[in-house]
Amino acid sequence: MKLDFQDHAFRTAVLELIRRASTDLAPDVVRAIQTALENEDDGSAARGVLSAILKNIERAREKSTPICQDTGTNIYEVSLLPGVSMRRIEKLIREATREATEKVYLRPNAVDPVTGKNSGDNTGELAPYIHFVEWDVPAIGVKLLLKGGGCENVSTQYTLPDITLKAGRDLEGVYKTVVDAVVKAQGRGCAPGILGVGVGGDRSSGMMLAKKQLFRRLDDIHPDPELARLESRLLKDLNTLGIGPMGFGGKTTALAVKIGVAHRLPASYFVSVAYMCWADRKHSMRFSPDEVIYD
Amino acid sequence: MIDLKLPIDEKSIRKLKVGDEILLNGRLVTGRDTAHAWLVKEQPHLVRDFLKDTMIYHCGPVVKKKGNHWEFIAAGPTTSIREEPYQGTVIQEYGLRGVIGKGGMGPDTLKALAANGAVYLHAIGGLATLIAESVVKVHTVFKLEEFGVPEAMWVIDVRDFPAVVTMDSHGGSLHDKIFQHSDDIRKKLLHIDV
Repeated sequence: MKLDFQDHAFRTAVLELIRRASTDLAPDVVRAIQTALENEDDGSAARGVLSAILKNIERAREKSTPICQDTGTNIYEVSLLPGVSMRRIEKLIREATREATEKVYLRPNAVDPVTGKNSGDNTGELAPYIHFVEWDVPAIGVKLLLKGGGCENVSTQYTLPDITLKAGRDLEGVYKTVVDAVVKAQGRGCAPGILGVGVGGDRSSGMMLAKKQLFRRLDDIHPDPELARLESRLLKDLNTLGIGPMGFGGKTTALAVKIGVAHRLPASYFVSVAYMCWADRKHSMRFSPDEVIYD
Repeated sequence: MIDLKLPIDEKSIRKLKVGDEILLNGRLVTGRDTAHAWLVKEQPHLVRDFLKDTMIYHCGPVVKKKGNHWEFIAAGPTTSIREEPYQGTVIQEYGLRGVIGKGGMGPDTLKALAANGAVYLHAIGGLATLIAESVVKVHTVFKLEEFGVPEAMWVIDVRDFPAVVTMDSHGGSLHDKIFQHSDDIRKKLLHIDV
């Protein structure tokens, strides 16, 4: 199998993907926020926040302006046929990123940690972040997540066992760390949040695994029944914490919990928690020379 | 809803209590990490008049230049707690009447609010398009070249900018209350003895 495509066609498709990611939310996320609103009491601060959020989503979509000014770390997962050049794809994504910044779909968000200088166009070392995988489909699959700094700053990693949490090296221990992480985050990650959880791996693969969960549909059900049960138990219990939208109090602290597992070393048991804000800007496209399909 | 006109005096600020819903009108100035460090370390004179009796908004906006003037495109709040090491000093030194951001702030800021007659207003995180629509005018900008767009200090006029008082000038903090409540539930869920 072979894939012939024009540079400009792919670049234009990525630019449109960035625009959609920044200015619109996927239908499953909007539905989850609507359901949350219906669940909150009339006249409560929680209901007020959620209804303002829904109004903001609508206005951003109409005007094609960013839902949130923090257009975040741009995280890509690209699926390619064997033989398609990764360097070529990376170059085109970087060009689309620059153009998206000029069109103010993205805020200049890439800062050199040594000089403090903002690159001004969202490109730099590991920016945007692109992860490649191979597949057998005659198309290029691109998933994009815009993950803001507020929720990234409350994302965290635990090492089990954890004595203060009485958390051992099992799924009960995982449960305890996720509850703890959400209480520590309070409203600061822009609650209600979506929790991507990576169980196992090493420190970097575990966090990557946690972030990969954020590409899942919020209403999907984990194929492993034990993990499916843990996900729904966590979601139910997190919503008893009373933190609520923005930490103002209320019944909706989390919109979803998504757990992935990876083999670990005998010596290590990491639980990585990637907190995603309500502005869960995950989008994907499938690009082929004759058509581009967006989710 | 309380209509709050900026700049404002101490007496009006002292009347505000945790839980009050506010619509802000008038002039404010954006400032986040780099700006706060700059305000404390270099004590610049050029921004003093703009800050006196008004509020700093923790925000790094998305902006667009149209001809000679700037337009705010997306302008939700950023996380405030990062300014905790500076905020008390900035409130006192520049005569601020409030801080707008998200996530709340710590004990030093709460003390400074009480001592100086100022409040912490919580805006809704991610409400970027709606808040940008409430920015009716961009007066000027400080340190744009040096700090970059998000970190620069933008002097703006807002109309009906919605926010909630979550820390007042009498030592009240909604964040402490919510934290205590959720932490008690956490201990129960985790079977940790209180």
